Amino acid sequence: MWIYEKRLEYPVRITKPDPRMAKLLMAQYGGPDSELGAGLRYLTQRYSMPDDRVRATLTDIGTEEIAHWEMIATMITQCMQGASLEELTAAGLDGYYVMHSYGVFPADPNGVPFTSSYIACTGDPIADLSEDMAADAATSDSLPTLKKSLNH
Amino acid sequence: MADYSEQALLAKIGEVRFALVELQLYLDTHPEDLEAQNDFNSYANALEQLCAEYTETYGPLENYGNSPHVAGSWVYQKWPWQN
Repeated sequence: MWIYEKRLEYPVRITKPDPRMAKLLMAQYGGPDSELGAGLRYLTQRYSMPDDRVRATLTDIGTEEIAHWEMIATMITQCMQGASLEELTAAGLDGYYVMHSYGVFPADPNGVPFTSSYIACTGDPIADLSEDMAADAATSDSLPTLKKSLNH
Repeated sequence: MADYSEQALLAKIGEVRFALVELQLYLDTHPEDLEAQNDFNSYANALEQLCAEYTETYGPLENYGNSPHVAGSWVYQKWPWQN
């Protein structure tokens, strides 16, 4: 059972359009190592974990990743809000706009849709936890690039 | 009880919830740490009071009966992704 809290984990207030940032943020929204990937990975793997502490950790971090996913979706939607077709085209989002308009579709910045083949659920706790660490490292590698883009 | 504006109260709830998330994750791997458990419980009490204050003044924070609703308040109050 999950309860929805009508509040973001951290508030997001973007007041001017930034479609280029919206496009880059899709890495964290619908890419292989996105918040969605992390949430799905942890909440899926927990059923075959042999240790209570690991079951607890995967349940709680999986839940938190979904809250992060909501923050990224909010950032994307606010970055696209009020952007004209010309501005979306200049940011390379014209293809996205044809397919999804201002909807927030889980795909990566290149338009590749999210798929469960991005995650592993082998039933082997060591294999699954190793995959979690690899995915988390990949996210940590992409965050500095996003941060740099935000400052430009 | 302190008098907060809605944004300030939400920020305070966010701060306390942040501490609780971190303590929860720590306790997941250190369930026998009583000091951390006490910290967790005192933040949890603070959160309960702040959420009660928010709910009473501004409307429900949670669905499925965790916060009392007045008619329409859950539906018509701004959603978190709206500016």
